[in-house]
Amino acid sequence: MNTKTPSRLEKILTSGNLAVTSECGPPRGSDGEVITKKAEMIKDYVDAINITDNQTSVTRLCSLAACIRLKLMGLEPILQMVTRDRNRIALQSDILGAASFDIFNILCLSGDHQKFGDCPQGQNVFDIDSMQLIQTVRHMRDEGKFLGGDAIERPPRMFVGAAANPFADPFEIRVRRLAKKVAAGVEFIQTQCIYNLDKFEVYMKQAGDRGLHEKVYILAGVTPFKSAGMAKYMKNRVPGMDVPDEVVARMSGVPKEKQPEEGIDICVESIQRLKELEGVRGFHIMAIEWEEMVPEIVKRAGLYPRPKIE
Amino acid sequence: MIVAERKPIEEIMGFVRDFKKIIIAGCNECVTVCYAGGKKEVEILASALSMAFMKEGKELEIKEVTLERQCDPEYLEELRGFIYDYDAVVSLACGVGVQFLAEKYLKIPVFPGVNTLFMGVTEEKGVWSERCQGCGQCILGQTAGICPISRCAKRLLNGPCGGSTKGKCEINPELDCAWQLIIDRLKELGRLDDYDTLIPIKDWSTERAGGPRKLVREDLQQ
Repeated sequence: MNTKTPSRLEKILTSGNLAVTSECGPPRGSDGEVITKKAEMIKDYVDAINITDNQTSVTRLCSLAACIRLKLMGLEPILQMVTRDRNRIALQSDILGAASFDIFNILCLSGDHQKFGDCPQGQNVFDIDSMQLIQTVRHMRDEGKFLGGDAIERPPRMFVGAAANPFADPFEIRVRRLAKKVAAGVEFIQTQCIYNLDKFEVYMKQAGDRGLHEKVYILAGVTPFKSAGMAKYMKNRVPGMDVPDEVVARMSGVPKEKQPEEGIDICVESIQRLKELEGVRGFHIMAIEWEEMVPEIVKRAGLYPRPKIE
Repeated sequence: MIVAERKPIEEIMGFVRDFKKIIIAGCNECVTVCYAGGKKEVEILASALSMAFMKEGKELEIKEVTLERQCDPEYLEELRGFIYDYDAVVSLACGVGVQFLAEKYLKIPVFPGVNTLFMGVTEEKGVWSERCQGCGQCILGQTAGICPISRCAKRLLNGPCGGSTKGKCEINPELDCAWQLIIDRLKELGRLDDYDTLIPIKDWSTERAGGPRKLVREDLQQ
C-alpha cells in the first residue's frame, strides 16, 4: 500500500475499499457538545468526517476547533478550509495548527460568497483560490516549505482533497476543471450532491477518458431530501444544483409524512447505482441537519460495516 | 474611465449647511462622460442646492466652475485667484480630484459631491460596468482579454466556481459569470486548451495590498 500520509481515509482508498465520509456543520455558538453529539451519531458508519468552514458564509464555530474535538474523540476529521476569509498567512498558519493536532485530511475550497451569509457587508479575501490552496498544502507537505520559501519544521502530513461540482455551468469545462485540480495536486474529490445521475455518468465517462480515475479518488456526494419542499428549494434556489423534475415529482408524489422515507430511498438507490460506476471510489453523505439518518443510509446501501484499518 | 455617481442632495446639503458662499467644482473628464460631475451636473446641483436652501429660508451663494481636470496641478491653478473668497468647495470630480484639490488648497474645506465607484466602460447609454481594479500586473493575456479580478465576485484566477449558472454569477442573476465569458471567448478563438493552464498564486504587492502606489518616470522628470 502506497500512502503519502497517515490519513485513514487515504489508507482505505488506496486499499481499494469504497470510502464513506459525512459532514458535521458546527453550531452557531460555543457549545462544542453539538459537534461531539453529531459525531457520536455517525462515527461507526463513516471513515472520516468533514467539518464545514462557515458554510454559506454564515458565521459559526470554527472548523479547526471542531476538527480538534473530533480528533480528541479518536475520530478522523477532514478540515474544510475556504480561501474567502483568510489570506495566505492565515491559511498556512491554520494548516500548521491543524497539523499540530495530527489532522491528516484537508478539503480545499474557495467558499460561498459572503453575500449569502450573515455578514454581507464584510470584505472577502480571496488572496488565493481553491486550486492554489491545493498547491499550497502540497507544497507545504511535499517540499516541507512555506510559500515564502522557508523550511517548515515538522511539515503538515495531510491528504489533500477538493470539491467538484459536475453540474455547474459551463458543463463542457467541468471535467477540464477537475483535471486542473488534479494537476494542482488534489488527491481526493468530494462532489456536489448528485441527483442527476445520467449527467453524472457522462461526467465520469469524460473524466475516465482523460485518465482522471487513476489519478484522483472521487467520492460521489449524496444528500437525502427530507421533504418535497427541500427538493424544490434545491432545484430552484441553490446555485449549481441539478435536481431533475422526475426526482421532485417522486418526492411530491408521496404524502408528507412518507416523504422523509422516500428521500432516504432515493438516496440509497442513488448510491447503489453509483457504486457500479467506474471511477467512483466512495461516497460523501451530506445529511444536512439530519445526521441521525447516516447510519441507516450506510447500512441500507451495503456500505456497513466499515473496514477496520489502522 | 472612472465611473462615479452623484451623492444624494441631502448629504451634500449636510456638508455645506453652515456656509454662506461655496464653489461647486466640476471636472471635464471621466465624471463628465458618466454624467456625474461635468458642467451640466454642476449647474443642476447648484440650482438644486439653492432651491432646497431657499425653502428653508437660507441663502447660499454658489460659484460654478468646471475644470479641464482636477487630477492635474496646472488646471487646479485656475482656482487660485478666487478660491479663498469662498467658505468651502464641493468637488464633483472623482475621489482623486477631490483629494488633489484639497491638497493644493489647504485652507478651505473640500467636500465630495460624488461617490466614486469603479474603473469601467459605458456599456450603453446610462449603463456602466467595471472592468479593471488596477492590480498592477495585468493578466488579460492569459484570460482571453476578460479580467477575473474585476469581474468575478471571488476574483478567482482559476474559475469558474460551482455557483456559475446559465452564464450568470451566483451573487446576482444580472451579472455575467466572468469565467463563462472567458471560456466562451477562448472557444471563439480556438484556444480552449489555454484554460488547462493553472494560473499561479498572484503577487498582490503591486495592488492595494502593497500600500499606496506611486509611479516615477525619470525620463519624463526634468
